[in-house]
Amino acid sequence: MKGTSRSEIEHVASNGLLHRRMFLAGGAAAMGAGAMVDQAGAAPLVVEPWMKIPGAPFNGYGQPSKYEEKVARTWASAPGTSGTGSSRTPHHLLNGMITPSGLHYERSHSGIPDISPDTHRLVIHGLVKRPLVFTLDDLGRYPMQSRIAFVECAGNSGALFAKEPAAANVQAIHGLLSCSEWTGVMLSVLLQEAGVEPAAKWVLAEGADAAGMSRSFPIEKALDDAMICLYQNGERVRPANGYPVRLLLPGFEGNMNVKWLRRIKLTEGPTMTKDETSKYTILLPSGKALQFVFPLEAKSIITHPSPGLTVRGPGLYEISGLAWSGYGKVTKVEVSADGGKSWGQAALQEPVLSKAATRFRMAWQWDGGPTVLQSRATDETGYVQPTRSQLIALRGDRGIYHNNMIQSWAVAGNGEVKNVYA
Amino acid sequence: MSMRKIFVAAAPALLLALASPVAAQQSPNLGKPISPEDLASWDISIGPDGAGLPPGSGTVKQGEAVYMAKCQACHGEKGAGTPNDRLVGGQGSLPGDKPPVKTVGSYWPYATTLFDYIRRAMPFNESKSLTNDEVYGVVAYLLNLNGVIPEGETMNAQSLPKVAMPNRDGFITFTRGK
Repeated sequence: MKGTSRSEIEHVASNGLLHRRMFLAGGAAAMGAGAMVDQAGAAPLVVEPWMKIPGAPFNGYGQPSKYEEKVARTWASAPGTSGTGSSRTPHHLLNGMITPSGLHYERSHSGIPDISPDTHRLVIHGLVKRPLVFTLDDLGRYPMQSRIAFVECAGNSGALFAKEPAAANVQAIHGLLSCSEWTGVMLSVLLQEAGVEPAAKWVLAEGADAAGMSRSFPIEKALDDAMICLYQNGERVRPANGYPVRLLLPGFEGNMNVKWLRRIKLTEGPTMTKDETSKYTILLPSGKALQFVFPLEAKSIITHPSPGLTVRGPGLYEISGLAWSGYGKVTKVEVSADGGKSWGQAALQEPVLSKAATRFRMAWQWDGGPTVLQSRATDETGYVQPTRSQLIALRGDRGIYHNNMIQSWAVAGNGEVKNVYA
Repeated sequence: MSMRKIFVAAAPALLLALASPVAAQQSPNLGKPISPEDLASWDISIGPDGAGLPPGSGTVKQGEAVYMAKCQACHGEKGAGTPNDRLVGGQGSLPGDKPPVKTVGSYWPYATTLFDYIRRAMPFNESKSLTNDEVYGVVAYLLNLNGVIPEGETMNAQSLPKVAMPNRDGFITFTRGK
């Protein structure tokens, strides 16, 4: 590898943010070679027991290493319930763009139903020429498509509306966002078979859970990219994520991606369900509320470093995180190491996909001083993720949902990271 | 059309060729027809115009008895809340910068949604167990507690859609960039 001298390192913003070329071209490794070797040297190598005796036998379904038990969801349930509420993805302990299925966030309104795939049915009716019922075997015979898509709860990051910054980590604040590969049948194919009546302008989707979770969405979405998902990350959708079949409305707020899907009804107008009137609506300072706010706007979070991941002394680090937009592809993620005064462009890890989480990476030479890290996403519509004060100026701080403001992580001189408002 | 094209381009191709018998053959057509009667037990959503409301009726007084037996443990006396959602009060609390009190009376725009939601999801531990008369009664009781209907009122498929909810005009359909 060609050496990179100290003078060739390109700073793109203040406080040590380095050009993304550093990682793409292997420059970081070259730089580290000269600057960071511990002269004391490593301890002599040990031939461990596992290097000498046979390991564990096969098993039917693999599990993570026993040393990774802390990589787990955290959750909170509604009073008097045990499975109603939400659980959160530990983004500070993950990397890449895909969320492992067992760590995908959950939002359930009446626990996780125990649905038999043999008796489950999906019915399509309302303003159609032929009301139809499908079994899972039926659905499994249709041509399928796969796409990688994020699902994000409308209430994700709502903690940042609090007047004072909470002592919370990326999981607690932003853990209601996950990204999977979803495989299933395009809803448009099934609607074509049922025959859409011209009067049909909206679609009601309803779950088979005890809450009968139900949401309305425009017919245009049904005919565009709505998918009836049978598989998640290659295996059947997990019970917590809608087994045996869930709706995917790429880019739309999480609860609209109705899990345990049992019914699709075409209607003239929205049904005005509980969750699209009394819940997922955004109350403004005027007292009026925004309704039918479907796609989630561009957003990004730095996952590394973040609270709990203490930075261990001055040196070269990778800042990395996730960015996504419900309106399409992320085109740019910028990182600031001075609380938003200067910005450098991060490298986007391929593949960069529409309505999917995108991993970004940035080289950072930390000098050991206190600083504030931020990231800011731009999507293909030109939309730029707002600051906290910009979003509050637009909608106040009582809206609960669709909080996509820039997250600020303060890095103290001792390397500890915490949630701050900057 | 090659197999690859059929699969990858299935959705748009079929939509463009709705009337074509060739298109119909390209789709598996595995759904079985079902009559409205046979899907009625699942067709429980109620439109804001009252579409889907079943026969039956309930008074405020009848609803109070149902509420005390099946709802009060979670929603408190007279809908005052705790441990779960408060259902009564909060009118006038939506504008400004103080925490809003969002209830049936202060926030819900349609009375029909109450019938829909209570019937499908409540009581929490035995949803879909109330009779239609019981649901109409509980709806009447909650609307009366919120001062929306008088005590002598009866709720049924005709009267419920006509109820004027206080926050009926409290919502703005979102348009991006506005």
